[in-house]
Amino acid sequence: MPTTFTVNGKRQTYDSDPNMPLLWYLRDSLNLKGTKFGCGIGQCGACTVHIGGAAQRSCITRMSDVASADIVTIEGLGLGGLHPVQRAWIEEDVAQCGYCQTGQIMAAAALLKTVPTPTDAQIDDAITNICRCGTYVRIRKAIHRAAGNLTE
Amino acid sequence: MTMLSVSRRYFISTSASLAGGLLVVARFEAVAEPVRRPSVGAQQLGYYVRIEADDRIVIGAPSTEMGQGINTSIPMIIAEELDADWARVEIEQLPLMIKKQGDDFVWTSFPQGAGGSDGIIDAWAILREAGARARRLLQMAAALRWNVPVEFCGTELGYVVHASTNRKASYAELAAAAGRIADPAEAPQLKTRKEYRLVGTPVRNAQAEAIVTGRAEFGIDAGLPGMLYAVVARAPQFDAQVDSIDDGAARAVVGVKQIVRLDGPAAGGAWHPIVASGVAVVATSLWSAMKGREALKVRWTPSPASGESSDTMRAQMTALLNGRGHFVNDDGDSDAGLKSAHTIVERTYDMPFVAHATMEPQNCVVHVQADRVDIIAPTQVPGSVSRLAHEITGIDRDRIAVRMTRLGGGFGRRLEADFIGEALIISKATGTPVKLVWTREDDLHHDFYRPACRHHMLAGLDAHNRLVTWKQRVASTPKNHRRAGVDENAPWEADLYLMDFPATLVSNFRREYFAVQSAAPRRSWRAPGHTANAFAIHSFIDEIAHQAGVDPLDFLLATIGNAPDVKWDEDGTIYSPQRHAGVLRLVAEKSDWKTPPANGHGRGIAAHFTFSSYCAHVVDVRANGGELVIEKVTSAIDCGFVVNPLGARAQVEGGINDALSTALGQAITIRDGAAVEGNFDTYRMMRIDKSPRRIDVHFVESPHDPTGMGEPPVPPLAPALCNAIFAAIGKRIRELPIGNQLKP
Repeated sequence: MPTTFTVNGKRQTYDSDPNMPLLWYLRDSLNLKGTKFGCGIGQCGACTVHIGGAAQRSCITRMSDVASADIVTIEGLGLGGLHPVQRAWIEEDVAQCGYCQTGQIMAAAALLKTVPTPTDAQIDDAITNICRCGTYVRIRKAIHRAAGNLTE
Repeated sequence: MTMLSVSRRYFISTSASLAGGLLVVARFEAVAEPVRRPSVGAQQLGYYVRIEADDRIVIGAPSTEMGQGINTSIPMIIAEELDADWARVEIEQLPLMIKKQGDDFVWTSFPQGAGGSDGIIDAWAILREAGARARRLLQMAAALRWNVPVEFCGTELGYVVHASTNRKASYAELAAAAGRIADPAEAPQLKTRKEYRLVGTPVRNAQAEAIVTGRAEFGIDAGLPGMLYAVVARAPQFDAQVDSIDDGAARAVVGVKQIVRLDGPAAGGAWHPIVASGVAVVATSLWSAMKGREALKVRWTPSPASGESSDTMRAQMTALLNGRGHFVNDDGDSDAGLKSAHTIVERTYDMPFVAHATMEPQNCVVHVQADRVDIIAPTQVPGSVSRLAHEITGIDRDRIAVRMTRLGGGFGRRLEADFIGEALIISKATGTPVKLVWTREDDLHHDFYRPACRHHMLAGLDAHNRLVTWKQRVASTPKNHRRAGVDENAPWEADLYLMDFPATLVSNFRREYFAVQSAAPRRSWRAPGHTANAFAIHSFIDEIAHQAGVDPLDFLLATIGNAPDVKWDEDGTIYSPQRHAGVLRLVAEKSDWKTPPANGHGRGIAAHFTFSSYCAHVVDVRANGGELVIEKVTSAIDCGFVVNPLGARAQVEGGINDALSTALGQAITIRDGAAVEGNFDTYRMMRIDKSPRRIDVHFVESPHDPTGMGEPPVPPLAPALCNAIFAAIGKRIRELPIGNQLKP
């Protein structure tokens, strides 16, 4: 039974193993490599995408779960340019190795949609992604900066 | 082409570029490619700069970027002396470049790789000179064109200018002519620090936009046409071998193409070219390969290590420490010193195995063909990878191409090439391009761990509370173990540092080493042995100070006293106790050390010398009812001249969080001859909620040349943290990780 859904606004049809994680579909079928594999059990958040606007971990989201969903990946985040969160990430010089940062950015962008100017405590609660390089101080600053950018 | 040996150590050559511009290559003397593996040292340098007629300045980067910022900070140095417009500088990742010379291979231009925090140390002199030589050639080309003396041709961000006639020519216009001029032998005039416009200023990561948009290519994103995907079922216990394979169900999985047996090292043999025996499942997609692996049934031979556990290792340490080990240092008379001491302090500290857990799991793309090999990999050691490919395939190394991608973290894990060895064996068997991907469980169960160890410490103070005797007895699982072509006669050499604090500051100084047996693989982990050593040394110093009733900072400064500089190693590294005292004083001032913190709050201090740099931390914590909040970390660093303050601060912040994360929750437990923790649910990585809200970093204004930055912030953090916990609640942490030791 084929499933249909959209990825970055484009309609897609899938008719294969319903148990496959969305992560592998995005990376290996659609060649959207910005979504990363880190743990496979929903712990690290490197694979974070938006499903219906909310941050979700694509490594534990099965293809059977995305029927008629609207999925946005890092490649589709900034429409016609950089998203304010991406800009803030550049301005605060957040990235070190950079591997987890697309997932961090997707998590932060989803947070700012529901909480436009989050407090430090709200950031602590919402951002559960792991950064092995330890860029947390700058991630926090970039989220605050993006919050300012977004409300301007 | 002009080839100049501008110093004993390096060469700079200039020539026309292929596109008719100016090419400058800076490299070390024609060193043979290292035969074993790069150790800490000058082995990763050599850059080229190309000035093209289309107005691009391309700086080729030979070492890989893994988050240490090397592909930003190093091009900055060339651009500064060249007086280039930073906005026009492009950075290009170079592939491995080696060439045949006689029966052996040498680097084509310069050694390549990354490790040992020496990227900047090595680069500083040679790259400044390369930039200055390029600039001088451009000035000479302009002088010829305008028929004026070269002395009157100045430069200005990408232009040569002749002020009195108001003439101006871009580097792009002059590049072709400059490429034909013979480079004068005499050294060019280098800028003074006052003249710097770029280095010493904060510059953002040059690859930031590619990273935040997901376009940056990591190893795991690479591919080759027609490739298959492979995952490997590895031995569930150290040194177990494949006994028999039942692959019926695995082969029935849609997409599974082949099953390949991988024979790992025999028990006790080198962890080379792969770390464990296994069975690879090769399929048309990664998901199929993973499902195939789940369906695979493998019987393993019994592991000779099946009786090994963390508990048996601890028992082994206890037994060893009851005996006599190898004296690594033995100055004065420690036994007599303790006998005559006014006060004796004795403590023991334990550290577990820890894993690298790079965010990007190990992976690579390999294609073994009849007469050539293509490798795309996130590696810190492209030269070793090429040698490994030759060893496995027999194909001549000049037909082995190694392309390096960005690394999703290195931390020392990618100094090992075992995962590339696996892919080479698999691709050789399938004849197709193969993309090998490790899962997180593969990564944590089959890492090369940071050695586990116990330090038994004894100190003797005189009646004036002066530290006169130091005995440090270390039982450790040696890092240099089962390494191909390396003898194990001196296992302490990779774990202890002869001149480590407080050697030379204490009259009776002994360090004794005991090698602990374990089948768990281990190797370098960011700042290798320094992390464990600094934890034991600086926790102990704090305990001695408290026992003596002296402020820990005062005790440290008194121990250092007026001690003069000493030679640290055979490479000419100098350790300056006064620079060490300098970072302590600076961090004390900036953290308000002398003002007592509020009730339930505590402050801890530690400073350590590593990779020619000095780093001191003060950690401020609040603790109550088992809950620990790290409120602030204040750091003082003396790493000589700071090339990129923004990038250097990032390394300090990252090093602090890495060390915190490790000290708070990370341990690999051994049970039944295997690593227990397999993913981030049990192997605990710190998240933003536990990370300090504030990290204040202060650099010492230093007249010295730049020194290491990637590793020095890590070692002093764990002791500073545990000293702060003691100051807050009187609970002394003597075993890492802290875990739930604070729970009432």
